[in-house]
Amino acid sequence: MTDSKYFTTTKKGEIFELKAELNSDKKEKKKEAVKKVIASMTVGKDVSALFPDVVNCMQTDNLELKKLVYLYLMNYAKSQPDMAIMAVNTFVKDCEDPNPLIRALAVRTMGCIRVDKITEYLCEPLRKCLKDEDPYVRKTAAVCVAKLHDINAQLVEDQGFLDTLKDLISDSNPMVVANAVAALSEIAESHPSSNLLDLNPQSINKLLTALNECTEWGQIFILDCLANYTPKDDREAQSICERVTPRLSHANSAVVLSAVKVLMKFMEMLSKDLDYYGTLLKKLAPPLVTLLSAEPELQYVALRNINLIVQKRPEVLKHEMKVFFVKYNDPIYVKLEKLDIMIRLASQANIAQVLAELKEYATEVDVDFVRKAVRAIGRCAIKVEQSAERCVSTLLDLIQTKVNYVVQEAIVVIKDIFRKYPNKYESVIATLCENLDSLDEPEARAAMIWIVGEYAERIDNADELLESFLEGFHDESTQVQLQLLTAIVKLFLKKPTETQELVQQVLSLATQDSDNPDLRDRGYIYWRLLSTDPVAAKEVVLAEKPLISEETDLIEPTLLDELICYIGTLASVYHKPPSAFVEGGRGVVHKSLPPRTASSESTESPETAPAGAPPGEQLDTVPTQGDLLGDLLNLDLGPPVSGPPLATSAVQMGAVDLLGGGLDSLMGDEPEGIGAPSFVAPPAAAVPANLGAPMGSGLSDLFDLTSGVGTLSGSYVAPKAVWLPAMKAKGLEISGTFTRQAGSISMDLQLTNKALQVMTDFAIQFNRNSFGLAPAAPLQVHAPLSPTQTVEISLPLSTAGSVMKTEPLNSLQVAVKNNIDVFYFSTLYPLHILFVEDGKMDRQVFLATWKDIPNENEAQFQIRDCPLNAEAVSSRLQSSSIFTVARRNVEGQDMLYQSLKLTNGIWVLAELRIQPGNPSFTLSLKCRAPEVSQHVYQAYETILKN
Amino acid sequence: MIGGLFIYNHKGEVLISRVYRDDIGRNAVDAFRVNVIHARQQVRSPVTNIARTSFFHVKRSNIWLAAVTKQNVNAAMVFEFLYKMCDVMAAYFGKISEENIKNNFVLIYELLDEILDFGYPQNSETGALKTFITQQGIKSQTKEEQSQITSQVTGQIGWRREGIKYRRNELFLDVLESVNLLMSPQGQVLSAHVSGRVVMKSYLSGMPECKFGMNDKIVIEKQGKGTADETSKSGKQSIAIDDCTFHQCVRLSKFDSERSISFIPPDGEFELMRYRTTKDIILPFRVIPLVREVGRTKLEVKVVIKSNFKPSLLAQKIEVRIPTPLNTSGVQVICMKGKAKYKASENAIVWKIKRMAGMKESQISAEIELLPTNDKKKWARPPISMNFEVPFAPSGLKVRYLKVFEPKLNYSDHDVIKWVWVPSATTHQCLLPPALLPALCTSPRV
Repeated sequence: MTDSKYFTTTKKGEIFELKAELNSDKKEKKKEAVKKVIASMTVGKDVSALFPDVVNCMQTDNLELKKLVYLYLMNYAKSQPDMAIMAVNTFVKDCEDPNPLIRALAVRTMGCIRVDKITEYLCEPLRKCLKDEDPYVRKTAAVCVAKLHDINAQLVEDQGFLDTLKDLISDSNPMVVANAVAALSEIAESHPSSNLLDLNPQSINKLLTALNECTEWGQIFILDCLANYTPKDDREAQSICERVTPRLSHANSAVVLSAVKVLMKFMEMLSKDLDYYGTLLKKLAPPLVTLLSAEPELQYVALRNINLIVQKRPEVLKHEMKVFFVKYNDPIYVKLEKLDIMIRLASQANIAQVLAELKEYATEVDVDFVRKAVRAIGRCAIKVEQSAERCVSTLLDLIQTKVNYVVQEAIVVIKDIFRKYPNKYESVIATLCENLDSLDEPEARAAMIWIVGEYAERIDNADELLESFLEGFHDESTQVQLQLLTAIVKLFLKKPTETQELVQQVLSLATQDSDNPDLRDRGYIYWRLLSTDPVAAKEVVLAEKPLISEETDLIEPTLLDELICYIGTLASVYHKPPSAFVEGGRGVVHKSLPPRTASSESTESPETAPAGAPPGEQLDTVPTQGDLLGDLLNLDLGPPVSGPPLATSAVQMGAVDLLGGGLDSLMGDEPEGIGAPSFVAPPAAAVPANLGAPMGSGLSDLFDLTSGVGTLSGSYVAPKAVWLPAMKAKGLEISGTFTRQAGSISMDLQLTNKALQVMTDFAIQFNRNSFGLAPAAPLQVHAPLSPTQTVEISLPLSTAGSVMKTEPLNSLQVAVKNNIDVFYFSTLYPLHILFVEDGKMDRQVFLATWKDIPNENEAQFQIRDCPLNAEAVSSRLQSSSIFTVARRNVEGQDMLYQSLKLTNGIWVLAELRIQPGNPSFTLSLKCRAPEVSQHVYQAYETILKN
Repeated sequence: MIGGLFIYNHKGEVLISRVYRDDIGRNAVDAFRVNVIHARQQVRSPVTNIARTSFFHVKRSNIWLAAVTKQNVNAAMVFEFLYKMCDVMAAYFGKISEENIKNNFVLIYELLDEILDFGYPQNSETGALKTFITQQGIKSQTKEEQSQITSQVTGQIGWRREGIKYRRNELFLDVLESVNLLMSPQGQVLSAHVSGRVVMKSYLSGMPECKFGMNDKIVIEKQGKGTADETSKSGKQSIAIDDCTFHQCVRLSKFDSERSISFIPPDGEFELMRYRTTKDIILPFRVIPLVREVGRTKLEVKVVIKSNFKPSLLAQKIEVRIPTPLNTSGVQVICMKGKAKYKASENAIVWKIKRMAGMKESQISAEIELLPTNDKKKWARPPISMNFEVPFAPSGLKVRYLKVFEPKLNYSDHDVIKWVWVPSATTHQCLLPPALLPALCTSPRV
């Protein structure tokens, strides 16, 4: 049988001839003709004119011919909807055929014909096929529901197909289950809110059972679906993991990766102390290594995923460095990915082997690969200090090869090594200078210029070298121009006498002859600095540089967590969330790792509350960014109480970023930039040296206090809630709560750095608020906050700030500044932190005051579901400074008369009626400022119910 | 899920195009051709994103297979499917070539309709597919046949059809191992691992239940408590397997819990398992290369091979492949044993030795003349590789048993003729010719 002849008919009048053949009486001729039509269709010719003739061939008992006609129909039905109707009858008839293969074929094809009129006719046959006795028909019908949903979602819902589909999850045939899961997962994706899949321990159990029995593809559908489930506690997570681990030995890599995804996700919930956790970690490594012996395309997918896994859990593969050594015949995409992972796994233990490998790679053929290898050597030097010397000498060897791109790449990384280990390897500068002329890439030129400027005092002819770059100043890229400007200013500050002319030249080039605003701005700043205060200029330009981080191009932790949920999929290959490459609503649901929840008896871990806690009402009261900004712009971010003036350090910190590194793009990125006064204002960042004596005792007090938090002795403290999510604050996450201990109010904060850069220079400020809350001390973050680090801070508050009534009364707008930006958020404080300790009123005064306050000021509330008795209520309230003045028993009811005083002197009087046996209390509040009543009531609720 | 599947020839002409999803337009076919097949640069990734459409491709000889999608699909699954697709096509019509594809395009469309539904891969086992998708047109089936087909396609044992009958029940088992070795220029072994494959050919009637046992350390230790003397009898009895993967017929949960390998095999040839070991590897040969540059146009190469096993054993069909630079103009070789030839078309010296006993040594010297060249294209310096057959497994793997049970038909384990082509160090088990053990001795530092 040679069908290739069908591809070669290119005669004129072909359509006409085909038409005749299609209408021929002879079956064979008909079939030949249809084949020709399909061949033409494949190569892109328009054969839609033959529609009626082809459809006429549909009525046949020859299955092969029927399939061809169906193929034609799927392609052209949309362009000829009216004629497609002609086919409906045959479809409906075929769905009743005694042969299950034909029934399935009909329902499969019908779902692919996207013509409204046809879909109407599809519903009845589909309903029957979903309940067909033959599993082959049912599994086809299950997918057909997804097809129909794609055409007309409403119709599917109206016809109740979703429920039928859900029933199929309990089907006896594993393949039907798998297809039903696939279809439901897809439909659920377009309805993120609906609880379509309704995963619960029972349905999960069914899926896990089907997992053992279905085809490799079905296993993938089920595992991918399982990954969307969040087990209720660590025990359930463990039992699912146990049943998923056998899949790691499957020959199909996709099954393995999907199983890894489930395990990686559910491991989040397991306590690290658990034996099982360690067992699971050990089980993950071998299958991941085995994936590297798959075909190269799969290796690539596996490596992209391993890259994520290594970032999330470095311990999994830390002993497997060797398997990532490249093979000479690996395709380039595999080589590049392996190299990336090698650097991530490099450690003191294996650095010698890694370096030997990298040195080999640097002499390979592929330019990109060689460049990456050279860069990797530099990264090893920065990552593993012990190896730095060997790395530098390797780099020097490579520079000696004089291969242009190797030299340039080496110079770029050596610059970073200089920054990481100052005053250690500068002896190599002479060698670097020899290669000045061969540098033609901006990055390498900029790096070299930085080196010359930074070490100008050691390079005798630094001025000549820099001058030579200056000749073609306007032809250079911006990166080089900026670097050259800074380098010459540095040179001038170090050798002022010889280089005055040079610096003038560069300043005028930058400010007068350039159109680039960044360059001009930087030029002007230097100019002004140099002309007004050379000492300050020196401090700014020659400031000490902050450390550079060891790991580069790490994925942001929040993105990493999301990508872990997408292991095996395209998102994990691109290292981008699906929203970045998927159109429309599909698959754009944000996924996140489950919070670590412990079952009852194991100890509660600190992440519990913030990670999963919904923002709740808090969000409702957050004013729009605009309002808040307007208010806060008036604030200055200086310290609220007079601290030691730290002006110089502030300038220094800013300047380092701006000028010292030169490569940091702070100027371009930061809107609040240089001109803003806040930048120069002392941010009173924590500088340990200044803290020493004065703060010492205060701090220990604070620690004493916080140790009592949570016990009954102090007033009630709510668990910390996330106030500022990392997404909104460039990686800074703030959660916190308010406490009142022995008369002092504080704000307990937890700052987490979820970004990749170190955060410093923290400062905090409140907007004016109803009770004059203000920080009583600057925000003390003792050391720079490095990535993934968390600090707990207790910020003492005073009520001496300026007062402005807010809506709601207890809302507080806060601004937090760090070296990256200023962030704003709004939170609500519980009123009971304002109840003062001397709030007990004399009985007589109480009576008089109660009468004195007009009745319209009285407000009544119900406190429900409080199981305490009068004594317990009284003592609990007292610990939060609500004092029982008197107690009476009226007709079996306990009446508590209570008083409290707010920090601003407002008295609140209360009558609490408690009926024994009835968990609902009645609270009547009287106050001269009735607007506080609502909040006092809320305070009662929180105190009594927690 | 997969939105469409295209097959192109080397020129980028479409041979097969099947679209499964509405979001994939006809222009996707052209986008791939223009951006990938006709791209000037070498392919930098098997996944390409063009205008928010992702293309996955694999190449077989000069045929391109591309899967297209606009969604966040399971990428590993797409590639596995593409490989499977190639296997299925090869099982139907042999080599994947332009001619074969054109000749079988109707069949391919039929297959694509069956194994991919709305972009979801369905049963793609050739054993099952061949029962109802045939090249000979459709046989008219009886009702029983039809339901048998559908139950097999959707059943738990989708890889085997029922009612297979053989007059002679036979079972072949091959263990193939390859040693991957990384050596320093000083001849020190940097890393070594064995990757092995257990390949089976089954010609058994009915639905046979098979059990396969090997000297897996974990199993031996589990059982070892009772029969400790068995282990002490003959030295190294068990091997530590780093990892293994199985054909989908193997019951994984059973392996996970009991570490036993039980399965109902597909009919014919299949790969039962793959494994990897890194501990206690017996390296059958040592390869010591010496390279000296004599001026700019001449290289002197000397390679010594030493056999590293019992003198009583014989290695056969030894082939050493020494790559030569691209600008080689001529080679003179002298070898102590066997025959050596420079093959210009393969850029390598190929040295063949028929057999070699253990604890022996042999060497080859070659003078390679080089053309003076300014060619910037550098030589990728492939490693020296070596193929041979030895009558033992470098990993130490042994087959302990291979059992067959067929509950319904009337044949017992003893009636099955088993051809276990397993290398073994103990002679009495070595009934048949030794297995092929290709080894790859890598030494990129030459």
